[in-house]
Amino acid sequence: MTLSSITEPTDALADLVAGRLPDARGRFGPFGGRYVPETLIPALERLEDGVRQHLRSPSFQQELAAELKSWVGRPTALTFAGRLSERWGARIWLKREDLAHTGAHKINNAIGQALLAKRLGAGRIVAETGAGQHGVASAAACARLGLPCTVYMGSIDMRRQAPNVDRMRLLGATVVAVSTGDATLRAAIDEALRDWVADPLGTYYLLGSAVGPHPYPYLVRELQAVIGREARAQFLEKAGALPDAVIACVGGGSNSIGMFHAFVPEREVEIIGVEAGGRGEALGDNAATVSYGRPGVLHGTYSLLLQDADGQVQETHSVSAGLDYSGVGPEHAFLAHVGRVRYESAGDEEALAAVRALCEAEGILPALESAHAIAGAKRWAASHPGGTIIVCLSGRGDKDMPTLQQTLLKGEK
Amino acid sequence: MSAHEHISAAIRAANTRGEPALIAYLTAGFPSRERFQEHLRQVASGADVVEIGVPFSDPMADGVTIQRSSRQALAQGVSLGWILSELEALAPRPETPLLLMSYLNPLLAFGPERLAQCAERAGVAGFIVPDLPFDEGEALRPALSSRGLALVQMVTPVTRPERLGQICAASQGFVYAVTMTGTTGKNVAVPPEVTGYLDSVRALSPVPVCAGFGIRGHEQLERLRDHVDGVVIGSALVEVLERGEDPAKWLHALRQG
Repeated sequence: MTLSSITEPTDALADLVAGRLPDARGRFGPFGGRYVPETLIPALERLEDGVRQHLRSPSFQQELAAELKSWVGRPTALTFAGRLSERWGARIWLKREDLAHTGAHKINNAIGQALLAKRLGAGRIVAETGAGQHGVASAAACARLGLPCTVYMGSIDMRRQAPNVDRMRLLGATVVAVSTGDATLRAAIDEALRDWVADPLGTYYLLGSAVGPHPYPYLVRELQAVIGREARAQFLEKAGALPDAVIACVGGGSNSIGMFHAFVPEREVEIIGVEAGGRGEALGDNAATVSYGRPGVLHGTYSLLLQDADGQVQETHSVSAGLDYSGVGPEHAFLAHVGRVRYESAGDEEALAAVRALCEAEGILPALESAHAIAGAKRWAASHPGGTIIVCLSGRGDKDMPTLQQTLLKGEK
Repeated sequence: MSAHEHISAAIRAANTRGEPALIAYLTAGFPSRERFQEHLRQVASGADVVEIGVPFSDPMADGVTIQRSSRQALAQGVSLGWILSELEALAPRPETPLLLMSYLNPLLAFGPERLAQCAERAGVAGFIVPDLPFDEGEALRPALSSRGLALVQMVTPVTRPERLGQICAASQGFVYAVTMTGTTGKNVAVPPEVTGYLDSVRALSPVPVCAGFGIRGHEQLERLRDHVDGVVIGSALVEVLERGEDPAKWLHALRQG
């Protein structure tokens, strides 16, 4: 549990590139592991066995590929953002996860895990959601496969992402409001875990981000890696070379790990993760875990964490519900530790400005989460004129209308 | 006798009197930070072992009662450092062995070595860490065992038999046998499969076996008494303190029925 267990960052990175991480104990260097109540251990072991048995099996891959193609609508487009490129000075490409079914990358993971849950014989699904995108994706995937679904959602998030709450209900899910704790994503995960603890073998926990106890960070990465795989191939085909940089927003870190995974071995490609800088650097004013956090254990994994000196997890702030989380996936903590990915943050105002910029220049309303990556791309463009960059546009912004009415549209009539 | 042996001995002493030991839980600083020492003494006078809860922001194994007590304790500024200094200042110290129940992160933030040192000085006999399963134990076990402090391990009705054996062999002080899947505090019936499971844990364990999660009344105690060496009383006792009743009297009534 100490950083000294990594001898040499470059060796550790070589392990990752060679597919040796997470290791048998679910660790990426010192990060990861399985810090859960004993009651959940058999369920996690069963999930790990299921992942080993099914995830790479031809029949599962075939079934998943068919759903991704005909139901999710993959591959998603790689769009050249011509007018934005002209304005900002670099050649900017958008990986269009906003075009995936239900409007965000979350569906890649949700349909994959729901297929797995079905193979494992689960009788019901529980999920947590922050922005509501994972909840909607889970509800849709469960409807598609005929599984009952309960989604836990913070009461604050239910207010600011109201359209998604109704979508989940229409799709047949039971949405449970969580008003304990911070009443956002962290409390929703706590409550989903409590539900799962009550019936660890009959219930399948469909975790939506690259966080949580092993094997979730690995499973979610594998299911989201389709983003980077497609983007890499599409860019190579269009440009005949790799991009200079790829960039994605990081909350728990599922769209970003999915985007980064195919590019981590390509050392000449710069990789940038953009966290939510919120309204400032002070504890509680942002959700920039890699930038400001310290190592600790939350929701079953040893990773970086926004916490006080006593180890109490702190509330976070971001205009974007999907990034508003005190932890981050253990693989991101590892990639930061070995220096392969640079993490920076963009604040609420920068993200809102990026929403407007993308709407005006390209006719695309991005999710507030994805807008953080757009804001990061603007900065990158300023220092790399003429460079090429792929932005993971992880979702569309329709769900953010209540927040946008209170911010960008305030006073406009 | 090392600290962890004190815990087992206190449980066995109750058994010698012909009763299951009572392991009584209170959240430190709840309902009142100022009256923590007083509440601790009252609980200690009615119990065989006391479990002191270190409040945490994300108590994922706990039900609504302990979530509420933890939140209120945190709001009053209760921290692990404060608890240890309060315990160190206790004079005279209760004879009842004291355990700390804490989620892992506050312990990691304090630092395992410093924790073991301060806990020993404060007269703490051991730790229960609900989100530290057996396999991840090295995060704490070396630091605690170098000072004879117990790391109490938990087993559950869904723990596989071979794992059950390993956990029982590694647990110190006692084995905490969770009576049900779920969080703390819900009233549980004690069906035959639960007593059967407890019997099997007891057959494997070299240390006493204490049942916990959802034990609230004398009737459950009677159902369990031939199958365990002790019972953990948590949420129900927190509610007693919350109502302003005398915990020692309540624990006495629990024993006598």
